[in-house]
Amino acid sequence: MTTGEPGQPRTDRSPWNWLLVLPIVLPLCTFLFNADEPRLLGFPLFYWLQLAFIIVGVASTTLVYRMTK
Amino acid sequence: MSRHTTELVVFILLFLLVSGMGFVASRWRRPNDLASLHEWGLGGRSFGSWITWFLVGGDLYTAYTFVAVPALVFSSGALGFYALPYTVVVYPLVFLVLARMWSVSHVHGFVTPADFVRARFGSPTLALAIAITGLVATMPYIALQLVGIEAVLKAMGITGHLPIIIAFAILAAYTYQSGLRAPALIAFVKDALIYIVILVAVLYIPARLGGWGAIFDAAGQKFAATPAPGDGVILNGGNQVQYVTLAFGSALALFLYPHSLTGVLASKNRNVIKRNMSALPAYSFLLGLIALLGFMAIAAGTKPVVGANGKPDTNTIVPMLFDQMFPDWFTGVAYAAVGIGALVPAAIMSIAAANLFTRNIYREYLNKNASDAQEAKVSKLVSLVVKVGAVLCILLLDPQFSIDLQLIGGVIILQTLPAVALGLYTRWFHKGGLIAGWAAGLAAGMWMLYLIPNPASGKAHFGGSAFGLQNLGFDTTMTIYAGFLALAVNLVVAVLATLAFRAAKVAEGEDGTRRRDYFADEGDPDVKDLDLAGSH
Repeated sequence: MTTGEPGQPRTDRSPWNWLLVLPIVLPLCTFLFNADEPRLLGFPLFYWLQLAFIIVGVASTTLVYRMTK
Repeated sequence: MSRHTTELVVFILLFLLVSGMGFVASRWRRPNDLASLHEWGLGGRSFGSWITWFLVGGDLYTAYTFVAVPALVFSSGALGFYALPYTVVVYPLVFLVLARMWSVSHVHGFVTPADFVRARFGSPTLALAIAITGLVATMPYIALQLVGIEAVLKAMGITGHLPIIIAFAILAAYTYQSGLRAPALIAFVKDALIYIVILVAVLYIPARLGGWGAIFDAAGQKFAATPAPGDGVILNGGNQVQYVTLAFGSALALFLYPHSLTGVLASKNRNVIKRNMSALPAYSFLLGLIALLGFMAIAAGTKPVVGANGKPDTNTIVPMLFDQMFPDWFTGVAYAAVGIGALVPAAIMSIAAANLFTRNIYREYLNKNASDAQEAKVSKLVSLVVKVGAVLCILLLDPQFSIDLQLIGGVIILQTLPAVALGLYTRWFHKGGLIAGWAAGLAAGMWMLYLIPNPASGKAHFGGSAFGLQNLGFDTTMTIYAGFLALAVNLVVAVLATLAFRAAKVAEGEDGTRRRDYFADEGDPDVKDLDLAGSH
């Protein structure tokens, strides 16, 4: 919660924001995960890898939040 | 009936406990008076990270989701799992957008997306279009929450509409009394119950069914044996584009719904929103596991309840699975989780719909000089009317009709994206261009939905959201999400019409917002004033 310097208008721009593109694009690339093998704990790739993308999403948004707050 | 007695007793006890909380909620974090729309509708706009997490989570991940997503996985497999990428993509997508919306709303006292559009583009007509779109998209969503409760009741062998009417009468009464505080408080219980039920389900059920590998193999065998081309444990050439566009299109639509915004605007500052964007995916994990209940039902050989029309109601598949697998008392807890899960979003949605009506129709067209107390009163009444309307939808119409309307709702709410979401970033669009794009997107969306059949249920129209590209003359079996294509039409028309209006020198509306309003935060002189009587 910075109160921007006078004369320097506040903005939400930051190079860190580009990191948000990763969890938006990754889960939409079906060629990465549309397969049965390799399985993990019995889960086909399609399911465990997409569940793993949640971690990518959390990590990216957390990092951007910390770096820009 | 007697077989379900334990389930029913547990269900009713938990339901009553939560209803009691709803009434007590009006005293929780009590403001000086509830007689202003901001207090009643937005809970005083002072929720911190935790409450916001529960409130927004309870709002977005509805009972219907918990019932319908596994039902879709049960019937079509991998395609139903789109709910997972959808809820992974949505948070980084709206991370910056929602913070801007929070700031500009708090500077100007906006309560609805249409309020923002009205000020940004200086066009009451465009705002009316946005408000009506929001109302039309939200109403069937509320009705769908009833479908969630009904699925649970059916599984307990209860037929008839009286229980639903009683449940909604209770809901209506405490929303009337407590406003947004009621769902915020109840969301704690709802989430606790759902987390417990799902964790138990994903540990206990696979153990009884021979492990996850066996579950996926059983599902694979079932889909291999069916003639339908679109199903399977993984996607095929025909539905990959549908999967991606449905996930992405749904993500774009989610925060355009007025009720999602209500939860966001009730938070304390920008950082609460940003922190929540990284914490809300915890629910996505839950949703992914819930989706897999559909495969467990296949492996367990669960049969859905056959409805009054003689067709099996796949929405009952998860309740039936619980009934089959769990001891009675725990099935009761699980059913209560779904039932209460319906109340939280239904309350928030009816509040959001009521705010839309009050701010963008009542104050704009019916009573321009409405006082705060009058606004709050109208909003409370409308929230009752909306719920009565939702109950009537279920009583008078085939529930399938609500599901169709909800499908249409997703497509039409997407058409507000250029004005609401892009509007937060640019004033380039002409108000006339946005109206033209909105109309063209709606027309294209309705046309496509009309053309989509559903062979499984024998319907010729409005049978789903997967639009076959062969309708456009392509020689392919590929399908695409209709809402996504409609949005593309919308954007193209909005751009062309904007250029045309500029060329014809049609007057622009006035922009009532300033650039710095989009970055204002708690503690700024513009924002600090929470006695919102002075905001209009």
